[in-house]
Amino acid sequence: MKLRIQNGRLIDPSQDIDAVTDLFVDNQKIVAIGDAPAGFEDAEVIDASGQWILPGLVDLAVSLREPGQTQKGSIATEGRAAVSGGVTTLVCPPDTRPIVDTPAVAALIQDKADDAGMANVFPLGALTQGLEGAQLSNMVALTDAGCIALSNHRHPMASTKVLSRALEYASTHDLLVVFHPDESSLSEGGCAHEGLMSTMHGLAGIPEEAETIALMRDLLLVEKTGVRAHFARLSCAKSVEMIADAKASGLDVTADVAVHNLLLNDQMLNRFDGHYHVLPPLRSDEDRLTLIEGIKAGVISAICSDHQPHEKMAKIAPFAATEPGMANVEILLPLAMLLMDEGDLDFSTVLTCLTSGPAACFGLEAGSLSVGSFADFIFYDSTARWTWSYEGRKTKGHNSPYFGNEFVGRVTSTYISGQRVYQAV
Amino acid sequence: MMRSEPRALQLNEYGQLKHFLTLDGLDKTILTEILDRADSFLSMGEQSVKKVPLLRGKTVVNLFFENSTRTRTTFELAAKRLSADVINLNIETSATSKGESLLDTLKNLEAMQSDMFIVRHSDSGAAHFIAEHCTPNVAIINAGDGRHAHPTQAMLDMLTIRRHKGSFDGLKVAIVGDILHSRVARSQLQALTTLGVSDVRLVGPKTLVPSFFAEMGATICHDLEAGIKDVDVVVMLRLQKERMKGALLPSESEFYRLYGLTEETLAWAKPDAIVMHPGPINRGVEISSEVADGEHSVILDQVTNGIAVRMAVMSMAMSGQLQSDDTPVAKDEK
Repeated sequence: MKLRIQNGRLIDPSQDIDAVTDLFVDNQKIVAIGDAPAGFEDAEVIDASGQWILPGLVDLAVSLREPGQTQKGSIATEGRAAVSGGVTTLVCPPDTRPIVDTPAVAALIQDKADDAGMANVFPLGALTQGLEGAQLSNMVALTDAGCIALSNHRHPMASTKVLSRALEYASTHDLLVVFHPDESSLSEGGCAHEGLMSTMHGLAGIPEEAETIALMRDLLLVEKTGVRAHFARLSCAKSVEMIADAKASGLDVTADVAVHNLLLNDQMLNRFDGHYHVLPPLRSDEDRLTLIEGIKAGVISAICSDHQPHEKMAKIAPFAATEPGMANVEILLPLAMLLMDEGDLDFSTVLTCLTSGPAACFGLEAGSLSVGSFADFIFYDSTARWTWSYEGRKTKGHNSPYFGNEFVGRVTSTYISGQRVYQAV
Repeated sequence: MMRSEPRALQLNEYGQLKHFLTLDGLDKTILTEILDRADSFLSMGEQSVKKVPLLRGKTVVNLFFENSTRTRTTFELAAKRLSADVINLNIETSATSKGESLLDTLKNLEAMQSDMFIVRHSDSGAAHFIAEHCTPNVAIINAGDGRHAHPTQAMLDMLTIRRHKGSFDGLKVAIVGDILHSRVARSQLQALTTLGVSDVRLVGPKTLVPSFFAEMGATICHDLEAGIKDVDVVVMLRLQKERMKGALLPSESEFYRLYGLTEETLAWAKPDAIVMHPGPINRGVEISSEVADGEHSVILDQVTNGIAVRMAVMSMAMSGQLQSDDTPVAKDEK
């Protein structure tokens, strides 16, 4: 099907475009920007006056909860939540039940994602069988089955030796490994950033060293093995410095951060509200500001939602007894825009970190409106005022501290491969 | 001292207590009112009839998710002296279903139309959680939640200090031992600083006294002599035996050698210093028998004062609940 989208403000930082112009789509792909290509006739015309046309968002961390935990969410519900927020490509972690450590589970997720017809879904495969950190998974078979990279998620490895071997094996086959740097013997039992707030409130702390010691170890092993590496959900100021040093020394590593770690700090522990229980924890404001600086400097190249939907009961308990995580995929863009509104980041940087930045981390063909790309794009009304309500949410998750928040700017429709998959009512 | 946001949850629209969850955010006026009211209740324990009708017709539930015979008993006595009907529930929590069991239990107890829950729980913030999820008009009193707070224990300690020292002006207070895991120490620190004590020292090794406590208004001492030098009050905390297994301390004997309170080490404090302990005592681990039973010890006074403080807090919270509800209050509660 041919589409001509006209009169919209097209913004694509990957091409340094910000102009009112036309976009042409044919056979699922973008075929031209500006002037119609030769022979482009009988197209459906969409008037996008007053709208921004942006690349579909690429979210590197969306827990779909299926298979195994459909009381929290499903591929269909969370996929719909994703596209309603403008996310057209997402990466889901391997900690489903069963775990993504066989090609069958990877195929199941992709089949269900195809059936749902929502966002493009790329699963991560488990680095070790059962995420138990002891026996290597069939890494090549998993990537052949569609896993975009391998990760042991937040599960500890049995030993540094096993980790080293896993990285050597992954490197042998040029596979990407996603790290969640965490020295579990330091973080075990903790539920909040180790600092004044956790001390005052008597909450078991997770020291920054739980992340930085693991990160240093991981970086040394990355250097030794030459494995392609991505570091996920950084939370500490020192981590930014360490990644920057690694890059400067020539290591080919990338990193991302969860949007809530850019917006919130450990002051949120004040009321023991379990909605602010996340891993890695909300850290100090100094950490938060340094993460933002890391984005400005290009050390961190992706902002993700770290979407983790939960059923209601998961958060109805004293803080430490709640399950960690927020369900924020459908408000990823407005949350990221808050960073711009507060003057911390410019719009181009924010959008890059939501589109071409994360796509580049994982080598995905997404996040760009360049000619030849799949026609994954969103319409965005930058002036719309709206309130994200619990009742109006698309996610099955009940857990977000942002229900009731008024945002300025809203995704009004989402297209994947030229097909509209979401239209705001 | 750094404060978190005012605890609107535990005050009614007139600024009166309706729950008693933490000392964080409560001002000197309220703390002094608790102490004054407790003082007035103290003499009652010496009378043949030890009851007042302030909670007559009210049902108080001792909701203990964590065992504590001493605290539960003093709350029970306090409630009975206020003429309340008292139910004791000891509820074991499993590690995996704390949330569910807590909420389910709460809903059942609400259905029994209770007026006040005395809550002890192993999770920090549990009392806040219950206050937020409980039906209105039920007063929640925190009887110890995780490492967070034990506000009635702190207030009974304040009453003990005031009765022995007259006032808080110019006092020097040392709290010694496992500060990291102590809800008592956190609440004591908040109470002392609110009541105007500017010299509060937390004493112990770095594994038990993290540096963050300095930002809460305390001086941190890793040396016992420096910690209790010239202090008016020494508060010894109970040392849990499991701390030795968690690599926080080498041994009980080394802890006692470095931080134990003996007649020799107590001599570093002022000659008229008082020695306190929230109990139960580990003799020969944090304190010697000679000191625990000696002339400086006010440990048994603390127990007696605990009943009066709990009566004060329970009566104030119930009154605050009634005021909040705009229900006419009895004349003697105004």
